[in-house]
Amino acid sequence: MINVRNMTVAYSGAPIFTDLSITFEPGKITGIIGPNGAGKSTMIKGILGLIHKQSGQVTLHDKPVSKQLKNIAYVEQRAALDLTFPINVFDTVLTGTYPNLGLFNVPGAKEKAASQQALADVNLSEFSQRQIGELSGGQLQRVFVARAIVQQADVIILDEPFVGIDMKSEAEIMSILKRWQEEGKTIIVVHHDLNKVTKYFDNLVIINRGIVASGTTSEVFTKENITTAFSGDLSKILFSDKEPEHA
Amino acid sequence: MRSIGLFIDGLMQYNFLQTALITSILVGIMSGIIGSFIILRGMSLMGDAISHAVLPGVAVAYMLGINILFGASVFGILAALLIGLVASKSKLKNDTAIGIVFSAFFALGFILISLAESATNLHHILFGNVLAVSDNDLVTTAIVLAIVLIFVVVFYKELLITSFDNTFAQAYGLKTQLMHYALMLVLTLVTVTALQTVGIILIVAMLITPAATAYLLTNRLSHMMIVAAVFSVISSVIGLYMSYTFNWASGPAIVLTAAVFFSLAFLFSPKQGIIFKKKIN
Repeated sequence: MINVRNMTVAYSGAPIFTDLSITFEPGKITGIIGPNGAGKSTMIKGILGLIHKQSGQVTLHDKPVSKQLKNIAYVEQRAALDLTFPINVFDTVLTGTYPNLGLFNVPGAKEKAASQQALADVNLSEFSQRQIGELSGGQLQRVFVARAIVQQADVIILDEPFVGIDMKSEAEIMSILKRWQEEGKTIIVVHHDLNKVTKYFDNLVIINRGIVASGTTSEVFTKENITTAFSGDLSKILFSDKEPEHA
Repeated sequence: MRSIGLFIDGLMQYNFLQTALITSILVGIMSGIIGSFIILRGMSLMGDAISHAVLPGVAVAYMLGINILFGASVFGILAALLIGLVASKSKLKNDTAIGIVFSAFFALGFILISLAESATNLHHILFGNVLAVSDNDLVTTAIVLAIVLIFVVVFYKELLITSFDNTFAQAYGLKTQLMHYALMLVLTLVTVTALQTVGIILIVAMLITPAATAYLLTNRLSHMMIVAAVFSVISSVIGLYMSYTFNWASGPAIVLTAAVFFSLAFLFSPKQGIIFKKKIN
């Protein structure tokens, strides 16, 4: 379980959110939605300590998260990476074993076998020797999910994993998320596509420069909350002829 | 090619030429390896900056009579820290911070060198004179190569992940800043040894040109480092030969040779060369 208490993050003076508190439960897939600029990625980076927090504590299993970062697998947005880097698919997945190896140790037979297995899990074994720039967006995203598999973390955080990828990749990634859920891991997904919210997430957090609502998806994904966080027009389209399906 | 025969005769005969050849090879290896990380991290400008910024360190070392590695390391790291400080504590972008700090250090170096009034020849420091390398310098160069190799072997995994995916490295708790400054420190050591062969002004070419050539030809980091080192060594040896034969400054001769290799790779690389790319399209 990840517990965030009173987290404040500001960029050059202007706070993105103030005193944000939220809990992410194990064995659940939690979606984070909100309009552009709502602070979704900022919240994730605050949790991971990638940006400076003005205040707040983040704990994992009741201990400060900063001491157990390797127990969180972070799948960042793909766009941030240099895809011309001289590295192939297999070696990219293998970097997921680095957190647990620590300094001075090199990946051995065990780590390599785990990476092969993870590639098989996402159906990319045949691509293992490809340079990463030669993959499609969906294949690449599966590579980074495979890397998260080998890290064997209790918490997995994915930032917009489904942006610009094919249906098959999306389904395969979703099945990995379900597997992690069954293993009791805490899964956090920053998400942009409101249509699939009820289908994908057990719990939902709606943010817009702070928490608008959080709880189970059926409680939270309502016309009122979407109107508050996004716009009335959007919620009219989403909730025009039917109530949201209950997950 | 009578001149090649003369060059080989010279190698047999003259100790200074043997020293120059070995130094060129050692410097070639280390600059290819470290240069690979410099270009993959998008730090070509930083490499240029650090190599210029060691000049005052060289001057101070001559004044105090200490090994120039110490003087240069202090100023190299100081410059790296100052660049980081200016970039993070002001709204200036990184390249501006680099430009300000390195030109100031370089200017300070000029003044200190002229104050030092030693046997140091400024021209040699700036443009390199590999034919004047002493046996002592050779030992220093060998030690630096050993440090570079140990550094890269021990921290290969950390260098790879911070170059490839720094955010991921930070997210799992790796001290990425420390890695950056460790690399900068090693870079200053490489700079000090490379200034013997190519001189301060052209060191950046030794760091990035062979590495860029290798980048166009390879798909794995380990291969890239090896290929970069090979191109760097070949360029250094050919440059040394031309320097000996035509009495050119060794730095420009080496750098031009490296640039010729890069041009060939740029045109003909099977994967990324513009000629083949055209054919495929």
